[in-house]
Amino acid sequence: MKEVKKYLAGDYDVVVIGAGHAGVEAALSSSRMGLNTLIMTMSLDSIVALSCNPNIGGTGKGHLVREIDALGGEMALNIDKSFIQSRMLNTSKGPAVHSLRVQADKKKYHMEMKKVLEDEPNLTLRQGEIVDIFIDDTGVKGVATRTGAVYNCKAVVVATGTYLKGRVYIGEVNYESGPDGMFPSLQLSDALRDKGFYLRRMKTGTPARVHKDSIDYSKMEIQPGDDEIIPFSFLNVGKDLSREQVPCYLTYTTEKMHEIIRVNLHRSPMYAGEIEGIGPRYCPSIEDKIVRFSDKDKHQIFIEPEGLDTKEMYVQGASSTLPEETQLEMYREIIGLENVKFMRSAYAIEYDAIDATTLKRTLEHKEISNLFFAGQINGSSGYEEAAAQGLMAGINAVLNIRGEEPFILDRSEAYIGVLIDDLVTKETDEPYRMMTSRAEYRLTLRQDNADLRLTEKGYKIGLVSEERYLRTLEKKNAIESEINRLGKLQINPTKENNEIIKQLGSSILSNPVSLLDLIKRPELGYDIVGPLDLNRPELLREIRLQVETEIKYDGYIKKQMIQIEQFKKLENKRLDQNFDYDLVRGLSNEAKQKLNNIKPDSVGQASRISGVSPSDINVLLIYLEQRRREERIGSNG
Amino acid sequence: MTIAAISTSIGEAGIGIVRISGKKSLDIGNKIFRGNKVEKLDKSLNRRLVYGHIVDGERDLLIDEVLISFMAGPNTYTREDMVEVYCHGGIISVRKVLDLVLRNGARIAEAGEFTKRAFLNGRLDLSQAEAVIDMIRAKTDKSFEASLGQLEGSLSNKVKNIRNILLEMIAHVEVSIDFPDEDIEEVTYEDLERSAYTVKEEIEKLLSTSQRGRILRDGLNTVILGKPNVGKSSLLNAILRENRAIVTNIPGTTRDIIEEYINIDGIPLKIVDTAGIRVTEDVVEQIGVNKAKETVEKADLIIAIFDGSRELSEEDFEIIDLIKDKKSIILLNKTDLPLKLTRAYLKSLLGEREIIDSSIELGTGLDILEKNIKELFYSGQVEINSDTIVTNIRHKSLLEKALENISQALIDIKSNVPIDCIEVDLRNCWEDLGEISGDTVGEDILDKIFAEFCIGK
Repeated sequence: MKEVKKYLAGDYDVVVIGAGHAGVEAALSSSRMGLNTLIMTMSLDSIVALSCNPNIGGTGKGHLVREIDALGGEMALNIDKSFIQSRMLNTSKGPAVHSLRVQADKKKYHMEMKKVLEDEPNLTLRQGEIVDIFIDDTGVKGVATRTGAVYNCKAVVVATGTYLKGRVYIGEVNYESGPDGMFPSLQLSDALRDKGFYLRRMKTGTPARVHKDSIDYSKMEIQPGDDEIIPFSFLNVGKDLSREQVPCYLTYTTEKMHEIIRVNLHRSPMYAGEIEGIGPRYCPSIEDKIVRFSDKDKHQIFIEPEGLDTKEMYVQGASSTLPEETQLEMYREIIGLENVKFMRSAYAIEYDAIDATTLKRTLEHKEISNLFFAGQINGSSGYEEAAAQGLMAGINAVLNIRGEEPFILDRSEAYIGVLIDDLVTKETDEPYRMMTSRAEYRLTLRQDNADLRLTEKGYKIGLVSEERYLRTLEKKNAIESEINRLGKLQINPTKENNEIIKQLGSSILSNPVSLLDLIKRPELGYDIVGPLDLNRPELLREIRLQVETEIKYDGYIKKQMIQIEQFKKLENKRLDQNFDYDLVRGLSNEAKQKLNNIKPDSVGQASRISGVSPSDINVLLIYLEQRRREERIGSNG
Repeated sequence: MTIAAISTSIGEAGIGIVRISGKKSLDIGNKIFRGNKVEKLDKSLNRRLVYGHIVDGERDLLIDEVLISFMAGPNTYTREDMVEVYCHGGIISVRKVLDLVLRNGARIAEAGEFTKRAFLNGRLDLSQAEAVIDMIRAKTDKSFEASLGQLEGSLSNKVKNIRNILLEMIAHVEVSIDFPDEDIEEVTYEDLERSAYTVKEEIEKLLSTSQRGRILRDGLNTVILGKPNVGKSSLLNAILRENRAIVTNIPGTTRDIIEEYINIDGIPLKIVDTAGIRVTEDVVEQIGVNKAKETVEKADLIIAIFDGSRELSEEDFEIIDLIKDKKSIILLNKTDLPLKLTRAYLKSLLGEREIIDSSIELGTGLDILEKNIKELFYSGQVEINSDTIVTNIRHKSLLEKALENISQALIDIKSNVPIDCIEVDLRNCWEDLGEISGDTVGEDILDKIFAEFCIGK
């Protein structure tokens, strides 16, 4: 092949490779913080492509979206513009796990984000394939495109999603491809390998898209959206986002379908052992479900619209790697899909990912200065997980260039903190999905208080406006003063009061109590005790909700706060990244090896590495204290 | 956190010291101490010895007559506020005092933690750092071994069973929270209540046996050794004065190790009767024999019995070999029968050891045996392995924490508190028990979820 003639095409502060969910957040945060930023995409028509399911949010993921929003990211605003159905999940459970999940209009989601990128002053949006990253001893220098353009830059964020050496599998057929019919990125993968990167194969899959008019909805259960629409973005609180919502449908697989799958299982590349990549356990193919849970005679299938201007429907629950003819045959055994017409086939895609334990908690590579990685290439899965990483990588790229302190969220501050800490600390071997059960401090990390937790941080970074920051402060004050008021408001055991309390279905009073204590009763709540509190101030729904949650879960929240305090002690014991653990006497060999490999930045992070025992941590603490004193003696003498 | 531990070697005569260090020391001291002349410990009594009693206020129980001393930080070993309680020696008293301290807000100190704190708070010299690291490493490993050693068998199985119930509960709660749209049966309060009740009951059972001192294997670990039919079980029975072990003249009937707990004039003894050491083809018995050898390794004291009416056999020589480095008392038994084995010959094989003539059948020699045990103990020649006891106290305090957490969960389940709140206590309970069995890895929960529930889009 002929050498491509290179030409200098421009100078930027930051170059972002990829305009998926991670890439756009990285590019927007970097440009909004004032740096000259270039975002490169393989195709301008696939910006923030929702290549798999048409939803945003859900358990854990919804929390991430809210956090991204509070820090000044774009995802929440974009989905608020483009959702076509909205539901709050888990409302029967505690507020910490309420989760907003909405259906997106895929095209609109893409178009709206594209507009935002186009309108951003410090941002250049450009189509082109990056095939190389220039690195010297001091770090990142620039990138090159396939067509010969060279862009000099100070930092690079790699957010290539599933494009690197992408290979699509449909039965016995497989070929190099990006997601959803896009071109794969082949050369960049080789360039990274040449630079000594260890790349591993990961895998994910998606179901078929079918024609809306080929479905018999009368056999299915309709799933409408909620009547009351709650926005994702805190900036949209109080605004009317209501619109006509499009329903989803619930149906089931049949024994006949399972039989077809069993008979054809040998034709699946997963079962034939052709795919080496590891797929996520929470996103099993229909084949997996039937093999692993053979006693179940039916599985749920959701039919979800892909958008308003398309008749494509997403068949959630039926991702598959079986041959196309088998796919059609088996889909037709799903109740209501007897005459279904395929528009796109189901497929699995295998791609290159890096080992994220080679990254710092800023998502910068430990050895290559100013080279950042975000999204699926780090071994995560999901749009929201990608966006969260993109935002953090973008912010830290800017801070790094400016020579400022990095921005890191810890596990007690945000789901984003949990996500990144897990990715860079634990050697996971399957694509990582956020779940609320991964967060130790779930009760304090709620989606409803993400603004109270993070807006100030976003403001300090420079991604949140002063006006928004002040509004959050006001909200905080309003919540506090209302809780104070309720604590002081005494309810006496008068006849009238007890009559009301009886009617509310609670046991009557014999001694005076504060209204706050009454609200704590499981059967009561802030709104419910209204009749006992006639002079209460008029407060926004979100404030009332916060007040109630803080009061009702006070005991549990306090418990978690104590745990957080303990946790912070070890988090605040910093470890040097250049530290050679072989020099520490008393550490076990396994601990030395793991610590040298992962180079944790705090004793807390070290304690979460598998193979590092509590006694290793004790040894580390003693050693640190020893060094601290030696240094002090050194500087005094 | 305020920590506490027994800081004297356990089993020594005289005084036992319970040491408390941390912010809450004074507070805890005042909760459990009733002075004779002094109303309350405070700064004015810094470094003074105060006389009074340790009282369990909750149960209105007098625990011990003691001297107590409050030492204000930073002029203490750990540089934190400290309280030391000087109680009567012997494990019963110090353990009760420590139990009470733990119930009033202290946590049991980890191996070497006082020294670790002393170092981290700048008390120890820098040159001691390496020694401190070695000490902590060694102590932690040793206590971990002791902990594992104890976990073989029933306690470990029980803890694991309880943890499994909890894991099922947590996984079901988590899957209900994290996968609300899936086709799975959401966890119900009735399910949770039933399981939580079982967990609570099981933990209570463990705790009550621990109070009787069975699973908490305190005591001088004393092993009776001898070839089959030499009179081991008879000796055990004679000491116990109850018919606990089967006595027969068919060799090899005591196949399992039998343990009994007795008290000889204040010395707690755990007596282990082993299957006879015997070269055997019988597989079942072989297991018993191997276990006996293992038991010898762990013993604090050995009582070896030889049959005076017969010549030494191959088994006897094996026993002599086994005990050559061990503290032991020798019984030359069946002295009522014509002797074929002489004291002099035994002595030549065993060196400087006490040899007691006895006839367990007739009850002679037993008083001398008991006297001998006492002498060895009070002279400090045999000691109770204190690691075991520390581990026991740790286990007990963890069981109590676990009980507290599951009880709270049960209350919340009954009042229909949201499951994400209930999960906090369930998980804490699960982790407390995990500290006993030595693992608290969180991935277990995810593994359980994906193994048991069919989820995913």
